[in-house]
Amino acid sequence: MSIAVRNLVKHYGTQKAVDDISFDVKTGEILGFLGPNGAGKTTTMKIITCYMPPSSGSVEVDGLDIFEKSLEVRRKIGYLPEMNPLYHDMNVLDYLEYSAQLHGLRGSAANHRIKEMVHVCGLEGVRHKDIGEMSKGYRQRVGLAQAMIHEPDVLILDEPTSGLDPNQIVEIRNLIKQLGRAKTVILSTHILSEVQATCNRVIIINEGKIVADGSPENLQREFHGAETLTLELKTGELDPLGLVAPKLRAIGSVNNVTLLSHRDGTVRFELTIDKGDDVREAIFRLAVTEGWIVLEMHRKATTLEEVFHKLTTT
Amino acid sequence: MIGLQNIGPIFRRELRSYFNSPVAYVVMVVFLVIIGWFFSSNMFLMNVASMRIVFEIVPLIFLFFVPAITMRLLAEEKKSGTLELLTTKPVRDVEIVLGKFFAAWTLLAAALAPTLLYFITLLSLGQIDIGPVVSGYLGLLLMGAVYIAIGIFASSITENQIVAFIVSFLIVLALFLMDKVLMYVPEAFASTLEFLAIDYHFSNIARGVIDTRNIIYFGSLLGFSLLLATVSLERRKW
Repeated sequence: MSIAVRNLVKHYGTQKAVDDISFDVKTGEILGFLGPNGAGKTTTMKIITCYMPPSSGSVEVDGLDIFEKSLEVRRKIGYLPEMNPLYHDMNVLDYLEYSAQLHGLRGSAANHRIKEMVHVCGLEGVRHKDIGEMSKGYRQRVGLAQAMIHEPDVLILDEPTSGLDPNQIVEIRNLIKQLGRAKTVILSTHILSEVQATCNRVIIINEGKIVADGSPENLQREFHGAETLTLELKTGELDPLGLVAPKLRAIGSVNNVTLLSHRDGTVRFELTIDKGDDVREAIFRLAVTEGWIVLEMHRKATTLEEVFHKLTTT
Repeated sequence: MIGLQNIGPIFRRELRSYFNSPVAYVVMVVFLVIIGWFFSSNMFLMNVASMRIVFEIVPLIFLFFVPAITMRLLAEEKKSGTLELLTTKPVRDVEIVLGKFFAAWTLLAAALAPTLLYFITLLSLGQIDIGPVVSGYLGLLLMGAVYIAIGIFASSITENQIVAFIVSFLIVLALFLMDKVLMYVPEAFASTLEFLAIDYHFSNIARGVIDTRNIIYFGSLLGFSLLLATVSLERRKW
């Protein structure tokens, strides 16, 4: 089940919420939508789910246009809106039954799916409880259960783990991962570790435009600048800048060596290294031949946080 | 298949939501207390055993009662965001409007039903012409249907229930008052205005005269209001 978004534009008055976005999502992809608040994530999702029309551009879900085949598209999509709106006066089973019925499931087919969703989402204990009386974590599970009640091929989840405690977050992530193998999933979040944990593709949008698109690993590789390495050595040398630093600098792809601290022959350096090169082995061998003791050596890789920060604050 | 199978689930949910909250009971009790007061004072103080007072008072109560039961129908879903959930399911907007319409209409009928007790009381007192009573109830149901459709439209234009109440009250009040102001308008307009007034058609039916003109009036006003509500719900897509 593929989603094809083409030149999507959405204006709210004079403000451009989404500005010419195009991307494709294929089956088995779990796409993470990243961006600061107001970047256009929710708007894009609302357009794909046929809630609101774009100002221009088109979206096709499994080759079906969201305008011409709106009902068919909606049949294929399971949607968890932002803020997870629910009917607070209904209990869990009634609500799931209502959702199933609206998807055309009746009788034993509906009952079977409701039972399965109650089990998958861990709602056994609260089946007869009113949604209004439940904690936010349980409500979120009910929201997920209603989104998946009709076995949709496409799942669109707007901040699925907001308001959950760390254990629940892990559960929901595993659930999404498991589902994502056979389905197409788009989820939005501002939690970057979530993207790293669940998604195999990331789209970062800022001010309505796509600023990065790729796997989390690729983005990290692509967008990190110079890498830095912290090194602590016991050399016994009293003049580390004159005697130790030049030897380190002689290693290929080490660009810069800065002295952080120096006490009693123990010295800390920060090394700047070319993008993508690993010099740790060379440093170890150098230390062996020079008789230095390596007390600490660690590499600071660029995190997705930094990529995100760099792309969304200019 | 025209695909109206989702009216059922929406109707049942709305109806359950009415009777799960105190709202339905409160408005029903108020409704019955007012009618009961007029009916019994008429009967015991004036010694008039007639259903006519019911058919005179209920249209007035409907002016408040119907906006009160319809104001939340769409406004509440808009405010809480559940409308987004509903409209992203494979459900047509017209199914949403009709499901809610039938639920409110059922509540209205349920509120009217106890007034049949007055009728039964009267039957035990002596001879009573059944015809006008039956057509009177038919007229009330038709009038209520039109008001409900207007109320749903008013509820679809706002997420504030109070605004929905006021808007629908003003529209039904205007429809109701149209034939009460005939003496202030030029004669050329008078008959047109009278024909547009809801009370004119209702009182015809309540008298026991069921004319096609009255039925067509209620039918077209009802259809138009439901269409307006549906279009207004679809407006988010413009």
